Amino acid sequence: MSSAAHIPELRTGPLSGLLLSLPLGGKIMLGLLALAALLVPLLNLAVPADSFFHVPAYMVALLGKYLCYALLALSVDLVWGFCGILSLGHGAFFGLGGYAMGMYLMRQIGPRGVYGDPLLPDFMVFLNWQELPWFWYGFDMFPFAMVMVLLAPGLLAFLFGWLAFRSRVTGVYLSIITQAMTYALMLAFFRNDMGFGGNNGLTDFKDLLGFDLQSDATRSGLFVASAVSLALGYLICAAIVRSKFGRVLEAIRDAESRVRFLGYRVEYYKLFVFTLSAMMAGVAGALYVPQVGIINPAEFAPANSIEIVIWVAVGGRGTLYGAALGAILVNYAKTYFTGALPEIWLFMLGALFVSVTLFMPKGIVGVLRQAGRNGILGALYGRGRLGEEHGT
Amino acid sequence: MPRCLAYLTVLLVAGLLAAAPLRAADLRPLIDNLANGGFKGTAKAVDELAATGDPDAVPVLSALLEGALYQRKSDKQVFRAEKAGRELKLFDAVTGTPVETVAKRAARKVKVNNRLRKQIRGALGTLTLLSPDPDQRRSGADAVFKTPAPENAVLLRAAIAKETDEVVRRRMQRALAAVTLRHDSDSTARIAAVETLGSFTDQDVRGVLSAVLLTDRDGNPLEADAELRAAASAALAGVESRLEFWSAAESVFHGLSLSSVLLLAAIGLAITFGVMGVINMAHGEMVMLGAYTTFVIQEIIRASHPALFDYSLFIAIPAAFLVAGTVGVGIERGVIRFLYGRPLETLLATWGLSLILQQTVRSIFGPTNKEVGTPSWMSGALEFDSGLVLTYNRLAIIFFALAVLAVLMLLLRYTAFGLRMRAVTQNRGMASAMGIRTGQIDALTFGLGSGIAGMAGVALSQIDNVSPNLGQAYIVDSFMVVVFGGVGNLWGTFFGGMSLGLVNKFLEPYAGAVLGKILVLVAIILFIQRRPRGLFALKGRAVEN
Amino acid sequence: MNSPAENSPADDRAHVLRAQDVMLYLSGVTVSFDGFKALNNLSLYIRPGEMRAIIGPNGAGKTTMMDVITGKTRADEGDVYFNGDVDLSKLDEAAIANLGIGRKFQKPTVFENLTVFENLELALKTDRGPFATLLFRLSKAQAARIDEVLQTISLTEQYGMQAGALSHGQKQWLEIGMLLMQDPELLLVDEPVAGMTDAETDQTADLLRTIARERSVIVVEHDMEFVRRLDTMVTVLHEGSVLAEGSLARVQADERVIEVYLGR
Repeated sequence: MSSAAHIPELRTGPLSGLLLSLPLGGKIMLGLLALAALLVPLLNLAVPADSFFHVPAYMVALLGKYLCYALLALSVDLVWGFCGILSLGHGAFFGLGGYAMGMYLMRQIGPRGVYGDPLLPDFMVFLNWQELPWFWYGFDMFPFAMVMVLLAPGLLAFLFGWLAFRSRVTGVYLSIITQAMTYALMLAFFRNDMGFGGNNGLTDFKDLLGFDLQSDATRSGLFVASAVSLALGYLICAAIVRSKFGRVLEAIRDAESRVRFLGYRVEYYKLFVFTLSAMMAGVAGALYVPQVGIINPAEFAPANSIEIVIWVAVGGRGTLYGAALGAILVNYAKTYFTGALPEIWLFMLGALFVSVTLFMPKGIVGVLRQAGRNGILGALYGRGRLGEEHGT
Repeated sequence: MPRCLAYLTVLLVAGLLAAAPLRAADLRPLIDNLANGGFKGTAKAVDELAATGDPDAVPVLSALLEGALYQRKSDKQVFRAEKAGRELKLFDAVTGTPVETVAKRAARKVKVNNRLRKQIRGALGTLTLLSPDPDQRRSGADAVFKTPAPENAVLLRAAIAKETDEVVRRRMQRALAAVTLRHDSDSTARIAAVETLGSFTDQDVRGVLSAVLLTDRDGNPLEADAELRAAASAALAGVESRLEFWSAAESVFHGLSLSSVLLLAAIGLAITFGVMGVINMAHGEMVMLGAYTTFVIQEIIRASHPALFDYSLFIAIPAAFLVAGTVGVGIERGVIRFLYGRPLETLLATWGLSLILQQTVRSIFGPTNKEVGTPSWMSGALEFDSGLVLTYNRLAIIFFALAVLAVLMLLLRYTAFGLRMRAVTQNRGMASAMGIRTGQIDALTFGLGSGIAGMAGVALSQIDNVSPNLGQAYIVDSFMVVVFGGVGNLWGTFFGGMSLGLVNKFLEPYAGAVLGKILVLVAIILFIQRRPRGLFALKGRAVEN
Repeated sequence: MNSPAENSPADDRAHVLRAQDVMLYLSGVTVSFDGFKALNNLSLYIRPGEMRAIIGPNGAGKTTMMDVITGKTRADEGDVYFNGDVDLSKLDEAAIANLGIGRKFQKPTVFENLTVFENLELALKTDRGPFATLLFRLSKAQAARIDEVLQTISLTEQYGMQAGALSHGQKQWLEIGMLLMQDPELLLVDEPVAGMTDAETDQTADLLRTIARERSVIVVEHDMEFVRRLDTMVTVLHEGSVLAEGSLARVQADERVIEVYLGR
């Protein structure tokens, strides 16, 4: 047998090669994202409000929020699904990205706050602070804030990961200390003297890059930005898991010590992917904040971080697009049920945790693949399945 | 004045010797005299009232001190009065029974000046010093200590001679020493007083002693007697070092109390996580169920047998064990047994169960805090002279936590169930081959861990709010305890709980409660990096597989 | 090839041999777990190109010895040197593997969710850094090398199969194939024929002998027949130290060995 048979197609360009190698689900997801990025703003802005096809502004923001959650779920799937790191603290990275964006938006308010102070945000005036804390400097500049959106969660993940992975803290121990990390951050951000608005967090934002956050056009713009970020995030993750790097990750997930004996520095791989994932979560948080209009320490609550994991599990761990699907489905259900039957929602969420782990360990995508294997959807799904599992 | 004092003393001593204060004396004319003859007349009347030694005079003098005594113009009688708009409500000065409501103009306030106030305070102390109630005598002595008037000395000596209660006598001696130090002119007596004061350990004595050492602006001592200053300085050093010791002791007590709470919450987890390796995120909800069981039991007892209320906890402890244990067995059989060997999935599934349990309790009992009563034998506190207060409920929890730990250790070591349980957790296949029903043991072990969590809930209901979120507050902490102490080792859990509680409480004064907790969390995160398997880690190949 | 040292017990050679002369040098190595000494003053020397079989009853310290060499376990006392001057006790598993020490585990551990091809690709000797791995492209020569190894371990047909679907013997061979891909100077092979059929055992013995032509090999094995087929020098471990050393025949004749291991 000739060696050429084993080598993935190299003849095409890197991006088109990647696109072609995506599983069917991934292609569908990218297609839907492109469609949504075109249609949602169009139906919101160009279609008159009384039309049946009009998408109201609140719906644009809601859908944008779902896309941010999808990006967050994607980042968790990258570390959990492919590297076996069950992070119960990704809410912390999401929150840090959100706070970085929130600080920029706070500085943009300028003298339009309730107290009219040109420099200090309202909550600082309220606390009788005389000057801006040093870590608030620079956040009046958008590029700086965007760098911090990546850097703040990235740095925390790097430091935390450097300590944890080097000491080979794995499995549930790692999960528990990631939970302790986000818990500690929550306690810290609740403190007024931390300088992040304490209990109330950051809110009352006015505009972003000069665009009014309340206007329909800005909301549509943010929606498109979220869709593009999700698509980019997906492509980056897909490129990583399809490379040899991705196979090392899977090997680490399945037999960590064996990988070491092959000569790979497991901690560097984990650190790389954990930090990258944290940055993606940070971007998700940064896009989320202007669309919901607030960021507060509740984002750091351990319960939130665990919920992200269940989105991934529902969609299908280790499938990337499944994580995004799960995030959108679960959050849609949450929006619906907390509105219609608030008493029921926590029962449902709890039951979801139990039933997915017991009966659907591979999530929705796993069920679809099984169906494909059984021939029900074989014609539709077979190719994608093969492409996914063999990565060739 | 000296005559008056002598008169007073004679009267007092006579009263004391008679062993019964002049209770029968009619206070009425003396009270009415308070409003006659201006400040001078009031002062005389106060002395006369004090001289009666009648506790009934206490509310009258207190009212006078507050400026609440009024003379009715129509009949010159004195009443206690409360302002109500333009009117005054008059009450009997002694009994407090309402008399009538009059216009403001119909009564005149009995005025007091600073000198009078001082005199009244002294008189009040004097009066209570003679009270038949030891608590009253004690607070009287403390009042005299705080406003030491020279005329109190004689009375104090008499009271000390007669006092039978050791604690009260000490308080009286303290007051006498303060009086002597302030007003006596004899240097030896003052030095002796300083030494007496030095034998006490409290903040007030510290204040009195440091007052002796005060200097003026130029650094010259205000107290001329150098010998006295030296004695005071020595006494002060002793007091301060003992105060420091007691404040450390208090921190230790609070730390131990927090530790025992952590320990109680963590012991059950040490079983389920430490011994079985099951991550039970619903552990906190087992604690919560225990607390709600206590609530329900108390409600039932209140409704049916209120007399048994003091024993409610003794019924609640086994009940909570059964309730939480049964739920635990159900969880193990229904969910966890399908997930052995998949710890991360177990974590997620049990988190889901915790949401369901919380919401169930919220639906049944409502989201608000429930009031759980404290039995009378657990309220109150052990108070020491030095100001150290050990509340009975916290003491009880410390003992309860230790008892639970001890019983559990004995159970694991000396019973057939314990043996089987250890066998199953160490080598499941072998245990099964020896005829142990591993499934049954798993369920019972998990039930045991959950049941202990339920008992922890009974204890927590005594010091914390009972709400559906009760468990959430403890879950991170109890995991920290188990992980810090080392998995699979009850001693590790014990030391983990103790050290976390103590460190938390010792950090609090420096860093504040929240920051202290953050510091502890960060410290544990760093510690786990160093010792991934905890303080009491097992080593060797068997552990890794 | 290596001829068994005929009449020099291990202790006598300790002061004769220096670390510089041998490929692997273990001297006075002690490891204890909670008071139990898994290795007790163990000394062992492997020369370049030598094949050595290690036998011993359960708990003799065979696997712990491998753990010490590959950096999984740290020695409490003693020296471990590779190629004369590399102190293995200061390196971690990855660094030791990159030095050219490969290990096959007692229980076959291949990456079950990856294909046979991908398993070999992971073991391929290239830059192990994360960034290099991220940008890695398989060259023609490397693909050819994988093909070659696939043939050596008779898994050419199964190259696209998930490793988890292989038979037990095939997994053992895949793991040996992964060792070959690493191109190590020293191979540590723990019970390579456990659970294999007789035919597979014979093939494995041949394979190991072929490998030993170019590299040093340490084989830990229980199967005496297999050790006999390897036809090489044998070290007997007992209670964490060397009990006897020499040819299989010589060792089998040793009174002490018979007593602790072979006799019953």
